[in-house]
Amino acid sequence: MLLQIRDLTVEVAGRDVLHDVNLDIGPGEIHALFGPNGAGKTSLFMAIIGLEDYKVRKGRILFKGKDLSGMPVYERVKLGIGLFFQRPPAIRGLKLRQLLEICCREKVDIDKLVFELAMADFLDRDVNYGFSGGEVRRAELLQILALQPDLALLDEPESGVDLENIALVGRGINRLLERGMPCKDRETRAQRSAIIISHTGYILDYVDADKGHVLYNGTIVCSEEPRKILETIRKYGYEECMRCLRRT
Amino acid sequence: MPSQDLKKRAERAREKPASFGPDLDLSVYDPHPRELPKTSLTSLSKEEQRALLEAGIDPLETNRSGSYLQMNRSVVFCQTRAEGLEILSTEEALKRYDWLESQYWWKALEVDEDKYTSFVELNWQRGYFIRALPGVRILRPVQACLFLAEERVAQAVHNIIIVEPGAELHVVTGCLVSPALKSGLHIGVSEFYVKRGGRLSFTMIHNWGEEVAVRPRTATIVEEGGIFLSNYICLRPVKSLQMYPTTYLKGEGSIAIYNNLLLAMPGSSLDVGGRVFLEASGSRAEVRTRAITKGGDIWTRGHLIGMAPNVRAHLECQGLILSPSGLIKAIPELEGRVPDVQLSHEASIGKIAKEEIEYLMTRGLTYEEARAIIVRGFMRIRGEALPQELQRLIEEAVKASTKYLL
Ligand SMILES: Nc1ncnc2c1ncn2[C@@H]1O[C@H](COP(=O)(O)OP(=O)(O)O)[C@@H](O)[C@H]1O
Ligand SMILES: [Mg+2]
Repeated sequence: MLLQIRDLTVEVAGRDVLHDVNLDIGPGEIHALFGPNGAGKTSLFMAIIGLEDYKVRKGRILFKGKDLSGMPVYERVKLGIGLFFQRPPAIRGLKLRQLLEICCREKVDIDKLVFELAMADFLDRDVNYGFSGGEVRRAELLQILALQPDLALLDEPESGVDLENIALVGRGINRLLERGMPCKDRETRAQRSAIIISHTGYILDYVDADKGHVLYNGTIVCSEEPRKILETIRKYGYEECMRCLRRT
Repeated sequence: MPSQDLKKRAERAREKPASFGPDLDLSVYDPHPRELPKTSLTSLSKEEQRALLEAGIDPLETNRSGSYLQMNRSVVFCQTRAEGLEILSTEEALKRYDWLESQYWWKALEVDEDKYTSFVELNWQRGYFIRALPGVRILRPVQACLFLAEERVAQAVHNIIIVEPGAELHVVTGCLVSPALKSGLHIGVSEFYVKRGGRLSFTMIHNWGEEVAVRPRTATIVEEGGIFLSNYICLRPVKSLQMYPTTYLKGEGSIAIYNNLLLAMPGSSLDVGGRVFLEASGSRAEVRTRAITKGGDIWTRGHLIGMAPNVRAHLECQGLILSPSGLIKAIPELEGRVPDVQLSHEASIGKIAKEEIEYLMTRGLTYEEARAIIVRGFMRIRGEALPQELQRLIEEAVKASTKYLL
């Protein structure tokens, strides 16, 4: 297993936002994570990457067999976890180009990446400063492509993006998960894994997920064929999802 | 006799405190140090040359149009390397040009403004005179250095810059103390004149010492279509610094922009402002300050006075508090005197946003690395299309000081 989450309970601002979450991600697997707003999806990612405010009260997270508890964020990143933020902050005085170099830890053939994502205009602008919703997503995508994580945590990559850009972001994600990127002197690794959080499911028209999960009130309440989950949610909403659960 | 009159007014203001900043006892400093011999920039000691470089002054004069170096009261080096550019001491210039006194000397500033202007008039020790002749564009910076070389010396200079019609000039002033030295006083009276369609950028880098008191007094008059751009950088310890440079936009469509970058170390007290009188229609101004405290106190002031129709001006202050002690106080003033003005301000003061640090940590950086990058980004001066060499010089100077900060 690449990632194993066992009985994970996470507290944020004095309140448990995740309860007894269990999740296994194998190498090369892509999982879709669904759930209504406030379910705790983002919190799960924050706990995996190790941000201070998301305290593991109970349970464990294992990555490549290593217990992540107490491990600083940058070490988790070095181990191969990459996070695509749903709402990244702007950073004044730091150019996107510089941030991409940080992500790669060496000079990157950024231009190649950038061409495909139509981001050339933004490279010399301050990170996320005054970016539109679509621009923010594409900047996140560039960063995660430069990071080349073994496990990509993609937090609503399609939200706030028009259809044309969803295709673009979808292509980028496919590229990340299938092929290596032109970070010089770094081996290209196949078999990348990902968890994709999606509120709408649109992104799954472009990226094939192997498994799907529904997070509701901080608990994984359903694990199924992702298309099936999506169909139910699209047709009947999360309420129906819950009813289905009660029946089984 | 006008100069008799100036002396009288100065005498009367001898004890007059300034409007802002702690009142200094000037009697403890020596305004009559011995004269120092002429020298060349490269014959200074290695340490002194390094200190010069960190204040934007290149001893080799690479890509410079000329240099002026004053140590204490003595002009030890002065050289012009460009056509249509004059660099002299103001003492020389007053002898050479009889119009200087009648048209420019104490014409932008009042001699009896406070005890510091008075002190300069009564203890006047030269200063630089830099002039770009009409239509001449001098893109390589002129470097002027005011150097405090001995303990407890008072430096009292009177500087003049004139940018004649259609000319362009970039001046870098590096002010510093000899590396071994701690205490001293620097008072600089500076009067700048930007004529019709002229363009002046004035970059001042202050690298003083822990026991040095500093009271610059600067005013600029800008004529029609002229542009005045001021970059001020003070990132080293200083005991007490107070200045409130003022620009009078007297010509239609003239522009003034101030960029201040300030750091207060423990024990430092900085009171720095920027004031612009928008006297002509269509004139425009911006005063931007970035202030960081690592334990010292910073007052940052701004004052925009809209006096003519169709003027636009903006004040901006951003403060970053990097230590539990220390103070940043932003005091903006907007003053509209006619209906058709557009004046605005924004200010924010705080510590580094945690989410920004964490964001960078998820890109593989440690907490300290992430923090350093954010602070460096904060200090980056917004480029106002400065010539490349000047931009580079500013970045180098900021970088040289950043090592003391992080
Ligand atoms: N940093 C935080 N501080 C306080 N509350 C938070 C924080 N992050 C998340 N929460 C709370 O945790 C719950 C789950 O939020 P989140 O993980 O963002 O949900 P989702 O991503 O599924 O919409 C919400 O009630 C939210 O308000
Ligand atoms: Mg979320």
